[in-house]
Amino acid sequence: MKPTKLALAALALALVGSPGTPAFAKLKVVTTLQDLASLADAVGGDRVETFALVKGYQDPHFVDAKPSFILKLSRADLLIAAGLELEIGYLPPLIDQSRNDQIHPGSRGYLDASTGCEILNRPVQQVTRAMGDVHPYGNPHYWTDPENGRIIARSMAAKLAELDPSNREAYAANLASFEGKLTEKEKEWAAKMAPYAGAKIVTFHDSWPNFTRRYGLNIVGHIEPKPGIPPSPTHTLEIINLITTDKIPLVIVEPYFDLKTPKFIAEKTGATVLTFYPSVGGVPEIKDYFALFDYDIGAFVSAMKGKA
Amino acid sequence: MRPIVSCRAVAVLLALGLPAAAVRAEEKAAQPTAGPATSSAAQAEKGPAGPPSPEPAKATAPPTAAEVEALRREIEELKKQIQALRDQVRAALLPEQGTASGAAPAQTASTPLPQPPIPGLSTPPPAAPSQTSNYFNPSVSVIGNYLGVGGSNGTENLPSSSLRESEVSFQAIVDPYARADFFLSFGEEGVDVEEGFVTFTALPAGVLAKVGRMRTAFGKINPLHLHVLPWPDEPLPIVNLLGGEEGWVGTGVSAAFLLPLPGDVFSEATVQVLRGDSGELFAAPDRGDLAYNGHYRVFGDLSEATNLEVGLSYGQGPNGLTPGSKTRLEGLDATLRWKPLRTATYRSASFRGEFIRSRREDPLGDQTADGWFLSGEYQLAKRWFTGARIESAGHADDASQTDHGKALLLTFWPSEFSQLRGELRRREYADGETADELLLQLQFAIGAHGAHPF
Repeated sequence: MKPTKLALAALALALVGSPGTPAFAKLKVVTTLQDLASLADAVGGDRVETFALVKGYQDPHFVDAKPSFILKLSRADLLIAAGLELEIGYLPPLIDQSRNDQIHPGSRGYLDASTGCEILNRPVQQVTRAMGDVHPYGNPHYWTDPENGRIIARSMAAKLAELDPSNREAYAANLASFEGKLTEKEKEWAAKMAPYAGAKIVTFHDSWPNFTRRYGLNIVGHIEPKPGIPPSPTHTLEIINLITTDKIPLVIVEPYFDLKTPKFIAEKTGATVLTFYPSVGGVPEIKDYFALFDYDIGAFVSAMKGKA
Repeated sequence: MRPIVSCRAVAVLLALGLPAAAVRAEEKAAQPTAGPATSSAAQAEKGPAGPPSPEPAKATAPPTAAEVEALRREIEELKKQIQALRDQVRAALLPEQGTASGAAPAQTASTPLPQPPIPGLSTPPPAAPSQTSNYFNPSVSVIGNYLGVGGSNGTENLPSSSLRESEVSFQAIVDPYARADFFLSFGEEGVDVEEGFVTFTALPAGVLAKVGRMRTAFGKINPLHLHVLPWPDEPLPIVNLLGGEEGWVGTGVSAAFLLPLPGDVFSEATVQVLRGDSGELFAAPDRGDLAYNGHYRVFGDLSEATNLEVGLSYGQGPNGLTPGSKTRLEGLDATLRWKPLRTATYRSASFRGEFIRSRREDPLGDQTADGWFLSGEYQLAKRWFTGARIESAGHADDASQTDHGKALLLTFWPSEFSQLRGELRRREYADGETADELLLQLQFAIGAHGAHPF
């Protein structure tokens, strides 16, 4: 019978073509964000091979669950997600179809990078969708604070050591050198940002609470009337008034939002529109987690020159 | 599930048994305080029921009025604390009990209530729901699908206004090996289990198995629920060749194998063995008459922004016209998507097409009917999409009869959770009727609906 033959053929193909896991190969680490891949590279060094599902210039809330990702996940030893339901729209079906029971949440090969991090904007009252795309577990853009980057790197080192105990010293050494560099860099970034402590800014989406808290900036408004809701004429007018009365110098926009409204606002108010990159890979220069802050802080400082 | 819950409740009750008994003892001890101070002191002297007194020597000496007063205050204080604790526990439990506890309050006050076995009640974990028994409840969502229709159509006479479908879904992880998904489709009158299946996600050799009732993996459109289609209606090849608006829904077993091709090209083969009955499509006079479906798909990224998926399907099942007569289905589908990642939420396009051939063994003459559609969608702005579709399909039971159609679409998404869509549709039916209609669809979702397959 035809169907039986088809089934047998499929089975045979599956057995022949099933992805084998070579015993002494590098650990295959799949991350959702490029930031997490960069941190995993820093901690894992040449013992890991990383792949990020989401590009740094892509809106991390809206990602297609492409079957090619299923293939990546089927071969992964470790999946690192940002958590806090940032990936709720695409990651669960990918994990379910991965045929890889090691990377399901709760399994050894799954790491929620938000664990232990300082998470802001945790709702204190009941959340409803009348508030737009609110995240009931808190703001998921937490990696924009380098201290959270440190915590993520530590959990990664612990996880890698658990999965690959024979290399635990190497992971510990990589972590130590990462942390050392981070401490140095944090001093440099803090010094660059110090003159602007208390500066008021407007951002497009609420992606920056961790960054602005670290560097003492003051977000006074968002171009989106509510998270995930596109700008409306009335709200845009309110923002224009706010910028004019408070003399706000800067409007910060993530790379994946339309610049039309921000540019209109800038025209009316004289504020500068600055594209701010929330993730590694946003532009080719942002090669790693350090470069992310170097680039953004550099851009911020030069945009603020002669202002405030 | 139920035995586990009740076991847990019993355990909690047992854990609470001691404190509750202590509470009652203290209440009794406290009662006489209304009487003269001396009698209360006498009671205290006689009552060894309470916790052993740390200073037994004192019991022999008559207590002073000041001591009695101090004790009384302490007891009052304890009563208040107990009441506060009770209120906390009751508040935590009330939502679960619902409003059915009209006469209960007096009773619940004296019955020991389950209490989370956490020693420090004063610091409950933040943001955690207080109903511990609800932790493992499935995600629940309802999607309303309202359809208003204008124009006239004597062949497919849709009502002018209808809540066409309310899809209720329950989705959760079963255990470390499986997850379950239920989709109940409520029409205005009846309920249908559109899908209800368990998926085994932890099988060896790259197998993903499903058991239950499911939309059959025939082609690209048939497996999709009505509310995720890019149109308010099912295209003609589905309606005419896959058993009507519902499409092919089967009950049985499905196994999908991952067969990676070189160059990281995704490919997957699905084999399904299903009961021989299925709506108007298949009819099995005998239990042993089964329906089979096989689907093979290949997906590749052509560039970062563009990807292509091509699928082949083959299905067959008994059609019930004579014992042993079958209907065989062949399908070819292709989907091309374009979505530049940086502007992914503003601009995208997709093109899809599907061809279905139905070969129906019929004692009065075998019928081979073909059907196809081609459809395109273009995203104009963050919340606006336009689309167009052309379609044609023969009748499965009479291949000489062919219907044709074309449609233009405009969709507006106020948010991710609601969608307003208009379709201008012309269908030219084989009986000679030409129907021009306007379909207005409003869809709205509440609750936590799992993400859909790509």
